[in-house]
Amino acid sequence: MRIELVRRPQTSALFSILSPFLALVLTLIAGAILFAILGKNPLTALYYYFIDPLREVWSLHELAVKAAPLILIAVGLSVCYLSNNWNIGAEGQFIIGAITGSILPVMFPTFQNFLVLPLMMLMGIAGGAAYGAIPAWLKVRFNTNEILTSLMLVYVAQLFLDWLIRGPWRNPKGFNFPETVTFHDWAVLPAISYESGRAHWGFIFALVAAVVVWFMLSRTLKGFEVKVLGQSPRAGRFAGFSRGRMVFFAFLVSGGLAGLAGIAEVSGAIGQLRPSFTTGYGFTAIIVAFLGRLNPLGIVASGLILALTYLGGEAAQISLGVSDKVVRAFQGMILFFVLACDTLIHYRVRLVRPAPKEPAPAAAAEASHGNA
Amino acid sequence: MNIGGAVDDSHAQSSDTRGNLLEVRGLTKVFGSLKACDAVDLTIARGEIHALLGENGAGKSTLVKMLFGSLEPASGEIRWKGQPVRITSPGQAKALGIGMVFQHFSLFEALTAAENIALSLDKETPIPAIAEKARELSKAYGLPLDPSSLVGDLSVGERQRIEIIRCLLQEPELIILDEPTSVLTPQEADKLFVTLERLRSEGKSILYISHRLEEVKRLCDRATVLRHGKVVAHCDPRKETAASLARMMVGNEVTQVTRTGVPRDGKAEPLIEVKSLSRKPAGPFSIPLRAIDLTVHAGEVIGIAGVAGNGQGEFFEAISGEALQDAAGSVRFRGRDAGKLGITERRLLGAAFVPEERLGHGAAPAMRLSENLLLSRFRTDANAFLTSVGVVLNRAISLASQRIVADMDVRKSAEDPEASALSGGNLQKFIIGRELDRKPAVMIVNQPTWGVDAGAAARIRQALIDLARSGSAVLVISQDLDELFELSDAIAVMHDGQMSKPIPIAEATYEKIGLLMGGAEPGHAGHEHAKELA
Repeated sequence: MRIELVRRPQTSALFSILSPFLALVLTLIAGAILFAILGKNPLTALYYYFIDPLREVWSLHELAVKAAPLILIAVGLSVCYLSNNWNIGAEGQFIIGAITGSILPVMFPTFQNFLVLPLMMLMGIAGGAAYGAIPAWLKVRFNTNEILTSLMLVYVAQLFLDWLIRGPWRNPKGFNFPETVTFHDWAVLPAISYESGRAHWGFIFALVAAVVVWFMLSRTLKGFEVKVLGQSPRAGRFAGFSRGRMVFFAFLVSGGLAGLAGIAEVSGAIGQLRPSFTTGYGFTAIIVAFLGRLNPLGIVASGLILALTYLGGEAAQISLGVSDKVVRAFQGMILFFVLACDTLIHYRVRLVRPAPKEPAPAAAAEASHGNA
Repeated sequence: MNIGGAVDDSHAQSSDTRGNLLEVRGLTKVFGSLKACDAVDLTIARGEIHALLGENGAGKSTLVKMLFGSLEPASGEIRWKGQPVRITSPGQAKALGIGMVFQHFSLFEALTAAENIALSLDKETPIPAIAEKARELSKAYGLPLDPSSLVGDLSVGERQRIEIIRCLLQEPELIILDEPTSVLTPQEADKLFVTLERLRSEGKSILYISHRLEEVKRLCDRATVLRHGKVVAHCDPRKETAASLARMMVGNEVTQVTRTGVPRDGKAEPLIEVKSLSRKPAGPFSIPLRAIDLTVHAGEVIGIAGVAGNGQGEFFEAISGEALQDAAGSVRFRGRDAGKLGITERRLLGAAFVPEERLGHGAAPAMRLSENLLLSRFRTDANAFLTSVGVVLNRAISLASQRIVADMDVRKSAEDPEASALSGGNLQKFIIGRELDRKPAVMIVNQPTWGVDAGAAARIRQALIDLARSGSAVLVISQDLDELFELSDAIAVMHDGQMSKPIPIAEATYEKIGLLMGGAEPGHAGHEHAKELA
C-alpha cells in the first residue's frame, strides 16, 4: 500500500482562508498532548503559555518588542518568496544590519546629536541590503542556488559578529565580557510610551513597513511585476520585466528590512551589541511569513502569534519548569501544520492498494501489466 | 480516400463481431450554474475513429476529462466493455486501457523526452530501455523523435509526438486525441493520419477531437456533435459536407473570411524590416537563425510557413525583443532601429506581439484576465491604467478587459476569471483582443488559431486582415497552411533557421510551399535527426 496526493479539481475558498486558524488549533491540540506527556496539566500549561502573557500591560509591551523584528523581517521575506527568490539568510542580514548600524555609537562615541539615530537606522538598512545583495549577485551572475548561499552567509555573519565583539569592538571597561560599550542616549531608539513599558519604535517601523509593502504588492505595478515573475517567469519576460533586476529588488528589500530590524533590536531593546542579541528571529520570520500567507497584513497578526510563543516559553519555563526548547517545538509545529493544511486544501490523500486485491479492475490491471 | 473506404469495411465487420468498447449514457457535469455537459450520450465501437466536434466551450474538454478520470461526473453512466465503471483518476483510466494526448502538454522542460515518458510509467523501467522502445515506436508509427533531446528545446509539434508515444507505450485500447493536428503541416498531418489508420486497423479505437472539418470527414467513421453541453447530432461525417457539420456545431453558417482591397504594391511604407538577422542557438537543441531578410509594408499580411521546430520560436523571440540582437539595424519597426531595444521599447514603437504558448507565456495562468491585460500594456497604456507613481487603476483595467471580452466574444464562467480557467480558444481570443485593442501599427502573431474552433478562428483571422487593411503591418507565423492561404498577401517559408523570399499569394501553391518547407531550396542543410528517424 502506498499513499498518494491527488490534486483537487477545485480548492475550497473557505478553507484557504481558514487554513492558518486550523493550523493554530491543531498546534494547540498537539501542544496539549505534548504537555500531558511531560506530566503537566495541559490546560494549566496552555494557560501559562498563551493567556498569561497577555494579562499585563508590560507584557503586551514585551510582545511588541519580540514581534517588531519578526514582522519587519517577514514582510521583506514575503516580497522574496512571492517573486520566487528563496532567501533563507534573513538571520545573517539581520546581524549585519545590527553591526553596520552600531558603527556610529561604538566607533565614534563622541559624535552625539539628533542625527545619530536616523543615520544608524539608514546604515542598518544599507548593511542588511548589501549583505542580501551577495546571494542576489551570485544568483544572477553565476546561477547559484540562493537557498544555499544565503543560508551559508548566516554562519559567516554570526562568526563575524562573534569576532568583532570579542575583538576590536569589546568594551574596554566591560570586565572582559563579550559586549560593546553601552550606547549613549542619542543612539537609543526611544520607547513608544515610557510610562507603560519597553515597546520601542521598532514596532511602529514594522507596522509602517507592513502597510507600505502591502500597498506595493496589491495595488502597484511593482507588486504586479513581483507576482508575475514569481508565478510565470516566461510571461514576465514577455511583459518586459527583468528577472535579474527582480532578484536584486527582492533581496535588497528583504535584506534592508532585516537590517533595520537588526539595528532597531540592538538600539531599542538592548542598548549594546552582544553575541546573543538574536534568538533566531531571521529563521522564525520564515514561519511568520508563511503563517501570514505572504500577505504583509496577515504577517502582522502571525508575527504577534509567534512572538507569543517566545513569551509563553519564558513564562512556562518559570512557572512550570519546562525546558525552553518547548518554544522551538511550538514554532516547528505551527509551520508544520500550516504547510500541512495548505497541502491538504490543494490535494487529497488517497491510499493505493496493490492491484490484485481490488476485485473489479483486476482484469484490466492485469491486462495492462501483461502488455507492459 | 480509397484507404479510408477499405478500412471502413473492416471496421463495420469488427464492430459487429466485437461490440462496443465504450458506452456513455446521460453524463452530466455542472460547474456552478453552468451545465458544461448535459446528459451526453456517446458510443465508441472497437476499431473506429470517432470524432467529437463542437465549438469552444461546447463541453468537449469536460466530457473527455470525465472519461479520463480528471473530473467526476455529477450523474450518468460510463460502461467500459459492457461493464459499468467509475473512473476516479487518470491512473485508473490508464489501467482500464484509456490513453489521452492533451492539447496542453504536461511535460517537464528540463528533462529529456525519454525521461518524461518514464515519469508516466508505473513500473521502474530503466531510461535507456524506454528510449529504445520510444525510438522503435516512433519509427513504426512515423513519428520522428529523438528521445534524448531536452523537451525545453523542442517545438510544439515535437512535444506532441512525445505525448503520442507516451500514450502508445501504455498500449491503450481507446486513445483520446485533443486537437492533434492543429500544430502540424499537411505532410505531418498526413503522417499522423497514417499512424491513426494503422492503429485503427490494429483494432484500437480513437476519440478524435478536432474542429478541422475536412480532416474529420477524411479520417473519422462516426461523429458526435456537441453544442452548449448537449449532443445535437450523431452522424457519419463522410455523408456530410464541411458546411453542414459547421452548421451543426455553431447552430448557423460560419462566416467566411474575406480578403478585400489587396494593398497596392511598392508604394506603402515598410513598417517591419528585418535585415540579415542571425542568432546563435540559445540552447543545445535550438535552431540558429541564418541571415533572415524580410520586409512587411503597411496594409500587408505576410505569412511565415514552416514545419514545427525550424526556428519560428527563435525568430519570434528575436523580433519581439525577448532576445536582443547584436546589430541595432537588424530589426526595424516604422523606420526606427529596434535591434537593441527590449520588448517594452519595441511595444512603444507601435509593435504588438502574440506568442505561441498562451498559458505561461502570453498570459500568467493564475492571474485574472484584467491583470493579464496589464501584462503587455502597462507601459504603452500607462496613462490609462496607472497613476503617475505606478498605482494600478483597477477600474480602468477591468473596464478595458470587459471591452475586449465583448469585442472578441470571449466566453467565460466568472466576471473576471483566472486565465487558466478559460478554454484555450477563448483565452487566445482574449490575448489577440488585448493587442488589437491597442490598434498597433505592427502586429506579430505566432500560431494565432492553434486549437481554436472554426467560428473563433474566422473571427481572429478577419480581425488580423482588417487590422492590416487599416494601415498596419501584420506578420503571422503559423504551421496551419490553410490559415496562411486564407489571410496572407504573401507567404515566406522558414526552414532550418533560414527564410525564403515571400511568394505572392497569387503565385503560391500548396505544392510550392510544401517543397520549401521540406527544405527543397538549394543551400539548405537538411534536418539530420528528423530525416534519420523518419
